[in-house]
Amino acid sequence: MIRVNALTKSYLSGGRPLTVLKNITFTITSGEVVAIVGPSGSGKTTLLGLLAGLDRPTQGTVTIDGQELTRLSEDQLARFRSERVGFVFQSFHLLPTLTARENVEVPLELRGEDAGPRADQLLSRVGLGGREHHYPSQLSGGEQQRVALARAFSNRPKILFADEPTGNLDGVTGAKVIEIMLELNRELGTTTVLVTHDAELARRTGRIIRLADGAMISDERVSLAPLAHADRGREQSED
Amino acid sequence: MTHLRFVARMAWREGRATGRKLLFLTAAISVGVGALVAIESFTDNLRTAVEQQSRALLGGDIAARLRGDPTPAYRALLDSLTRAAGADPATDLSEVVAFSGMSYVPRTAGTRLVQVQAIIGGYPYYGSVKTEPAGMWGRLAEGHVALVDPSYLTALNAQVGDTMALGESRFEIVGTVTGFPGDVGVESAFGPKVYIPGQWVPETGLLTFGSRYDYDWYLRTPATTDVAALATAWRAKFVLLKGGLRTAAEEERDLKRFFDQLGRYLGLVALIALLLGGIGVGSAVQVFLRQKRDSIAVLRCLGATSGQVFGVYLAQAVVMGLAGSLAGVALGVVLQLGLPSIFDQFLPLDITVRPSWRAVGTGLGVGVWVATVFALLPLLDIRRIPPLAVLRRDVEISPTAGTDRLAWLARAALVLSVAGLAMLQVQSVPQGAVFTAAIGATLLLLWLAALGLIRALRRWFPHHLAYVYRQGLANLYRPANQTVAVVLALGFGAFLLGALAVMQHNLLRQLSLDGGLGRPNLVFFDIQPDQKEGVQQLIRDAGLVATGAVPIVPMRIRSINGRLASAILADTILQKADSSAREQGERGRRDAWAVRREFRSTYRDTVVASEKLVVGDWWTGRGGAPPPASASPVPISLEVEIAGDLDVTLRDTIVWDIQGVGVTSVITSLREVNWARFEPNFFVVFPDGPLNDAPQSFVVLTRVDSAAVLGSLQRAVVERYPNVTSVDLSAVQQTIEKVVGSVVLAIRFMALFSLATGTIVLVGALATSRFQRVREAALLKTLGATRRQVVRVMVTEYAALGLLATAVATVLASIGGAALTRWIFEIPFTVPWVAFLVLAAGLILLTVLTGIWTSLDVFRRPPIEVLRAE
Repeated sequence: MIRVNALTKSYLSGGRPLTVLKNITFTITSGEVVAIVGPSGSGKTTLLGLLAGLDRPTQGTVTIDGQELTRLSEDQLARFRSERVGFVFQSFHLLPTLTARENVEVPLELRGEDAGPRADQLLSRVGLGGREHHYPSQLSGGEQQRVALARAFSNRPKILFADEPTGNLDGVTGAKVIEIMLELNRELGTTTVLVTHDAELARRTGRIIRLADGAMISDERVSLAPLAHADRGREQSED
Repeated sequence: MTHLRFVARMAWREGRATGRKLLFLTAAISVGVGALVAIESFTDNLRTAVEQQSRALLGGDIAARLRGDPTPAYRALLDSLTRAAGADPATDLSEVVAFSGMSYVPRTAGTRLVQVQAIIGGYPYYGSVKTEPAGMWGRLAEGHVALVDPSYLTALNAQVGDTMALGESRFEIVGTVTGFPGDVGVESAFGPKVYIPGQWVPETGLLTFGSRYDYDWYLRTPATTDVAALATAWRAKFVLLKGGLRTAAEEERDLKRFFDQLGRYLGLVALIALLLGGIGVGSAVQVFLRQKRDSIAVLRCLGATSGQVFGVYLAQAVVMGLAGSLAGVALGVVLQLGLPSIFDQFLPLDITVRPSWRAVGTGLGVGVWVATVFALLPLLDIRRIPPLAVLRRDVEISPTAGTDRLAWLARAALVLSVAGLAMLQVQSVPQGAVFTAAIGATLLLLWLAALGLIRALRRWFPHHLAYVYRQGLANLYRPANQTVAVVLALGFGAFLLGALAVMQHNLLRQLSLDGGLGRPNLVFFDIQPDQKEGVQQLIRDAGLVATGAVPIVPMRIRSINGRLASAILADTILQKADSSAREQGERGRRDAWAVRREFRSTYRDTVVASEKLVVGDWWTGRGGAPPPASASPVPISLEVEIAGDLDVTLRDTIVWDIQGVGVTSVITSLREVNWARFEPNFFVVFPDGPLNDAPQSFVVLTRVDSAAVLGSLQRAVVERYPNVTSVDLSAVQQTIEKVVGSVVLAIRFMALFSLATGTIVLVGALATSRFQRVREAALLKTLGATRRQVVRVMVTEYAALGLLATAVATVLASIGGAALTRWIFEIPFTVPWVAFLVLAAGLILLTVLTGIWTSLDVFRRPPIEVLRAE
């Protein structure tokens, strides 16, 4: 479903080209959950940006469902994201001027669909029923990330990109968010690409791609392990 | 459709939360729109008033005018005109003689130069004269009664019922005139008006030889008379007899033209305020988008196209522009109520203040358009915020390529909009283009100066200063600084006020009469030959020194180089009738005035201190002797400007008509005259001799330093010689200052709009970078800075900003003012240092106070709270 071929990305840094991704090639099949791991500066986020069509490669191609992203214009990429992609970010990135419900509605509204009932349903699903009219600043970090999850799934995406989704959360809250994310992922059969530092979280996925210095150093399939914090998280109240 | 719905919904949601942040953006537009609506509405009100009151403004349907006594032929012509108009000379024709004279109230002390209006007949035929007590105008025909301007009573400490002395006559003051149709307030600066019945004019003895007086006749015509056709048919006949004709329709047309012109130029000042508001909008949008970068990137990430996101924020800018314009309209309607009192010194009309829908529509349209077109350029940057910014805060925003077509289109729209609005405002393409170029050049220079000074500061940073000052100065070039925006906003307002100060200072200096160093400051004129000795004796009796009496011989031009004045005048009438050459006609009229006027010439053999020979020779020059009294042609010297108006030069011949006697003269020199000297100056000077026996009056001057002596001398002279008029320098000076002051008040009022907008933009610019400063101050406090030190850092930054803006603005105002004074007004230029210092101090204080006010959070909240919030 996602085919990455000889992907290279260079920037100009101080007038000199700096290659942050070198000749990356892999394929992700439909419904797969993949973690991209590696130390800081290894190129994880750059790779995620390229996969999601947020950035353009220097060389190589990204093909999703037979559509080569490098051939799409900015507006075609925007439409592609609107129709097929969902995002979860480390710093939540909710629109501060919109209520929780309105944040969830945005992706569907971009497609011209009536988003209200779906937004309510998803907010209930992530445990935020009754908080629809709260603004992001009135919600805790965990709650904000759950709203972000609801938003990411509102347009029934084929692919979910998550960039350090637990990076700004404490362990218990992060575990709970991951639990919900994986549940929704299973329910909707969404392909998930996850960038993380968290080795434990990475083990919860089916496959781990390791990067170092911009190069892919391993691509291993793992058997799903239970998330250590998940059970504890159910017993504790959230922050 | 889907896009539009999304854009509308998102714009509404965003605006709901961020509206308050953009509030000042609306205020920046409001002031300009308010000024525009007020001026446009006021102009419409004026037009309506002129249409409704044109006949009242003239006082009749047709008016005829003549300087000096009417000849029997002129009276016969008036009679014929009245009959041709189908009117009755007994009831439909009024005569008004206007002249100046000294007046006093025997019961009190002091004298006053008054403007007398002596009336015979039912004038004014239209409109009503307001008197206090009411209804006294009708009593004017009943005997020795007078109605006076209220300022007359104040000046002479008199009251209704007192006796007024005017010349040899005495009148009972039966009331004051509080409103006269067509009267302009500023006229009273030249002396209060006094109305008396016309039949007593001879009795006053004031119209003696050499006096200046005008006759006006007002004709009321039956409704069926075609006044325009009548005036066209009869005008030439009146002009040939050195008179003139005016109709109410012409008065209406000229006044409308004048008010339209006034409205257009005042509107231009409003437009400047609006454009400044536009700059404020642009700067606000830029800062606003910087704060919205994350949200924009998220929207892009979620699949919104750059067009959709652009639409969301454009819609907000338009709505804010609309809100600002609506507030501006409300402000304009309120301001409009105050405008009549600002301009009433120049308005001969009763104005009914009523908002004009045309003005409201214009204000709304122009306000929204300016807000939109100024927001466009910064809004286009939205396209450059990549969705990747969500993942990487440090992602570089792609620089605008030089070939960005949309950006160039937006720039073109901006320039064309400013030019188009200016051209529409002044109704002239070249003037609009000049205005746009001037605005553009000023803004460009302000911008360049701001950038240059920032760079200079960076390069030659004063490292030796104490930390707090260095920190304050360094803030001028830190990232996301508002230096350029503040310099533009504040600088433009300061530039306008500065330019105004330059003009006021130089014009007033030019107009001020030079009476220093013991030179004469009191002048007596209209002295008859047999009164000359007596007046000089009275001056000496007061312990003062009287100058020698300067003779004045009234004369008119009979012919120039053999061509009769009547033939020259007939030519100018023909030129004027040629409507296809209007400019030519205007020029012709000016020439006609010079040919037709009465010249009050003198004779002497010396060149006086206030004049300078520029061409030719004085008759006693190069060791020559004065010409004999019988010399013909008589050599004369002309003032250089009047020679230009008459289109004559050296060796041209002019035959003068001096009370019916022809005197042939030849121009032998041209002089430049410094009219500012408080001395009798003349267009034409004859040699001593040929005119000594001509009918003449005299002027005598003296120097008085005590106000008490001045008052008693004036009173003594007027009691003994009622026809002798006296004027003292301080009275003239006050008159000039009052007239110039009224004009300056009106212009300054309009310039204040620009300063108000500039202040709003200043507040906005400082408020938008407030978070950064508050955070910095919190950090400083955390590191141990005292409140005093934090305040010093801030005061240094704001004072430097204010100083920078004012310095650039005053330099530009001086350059602009110097150009205007030198090339347009042709007067010498000096810098108004005091005004500039006051302006600079005021603006620096304003900037510092505004800056401190927008940063009060620093002192209110503990540092940890600020740092945590960040």
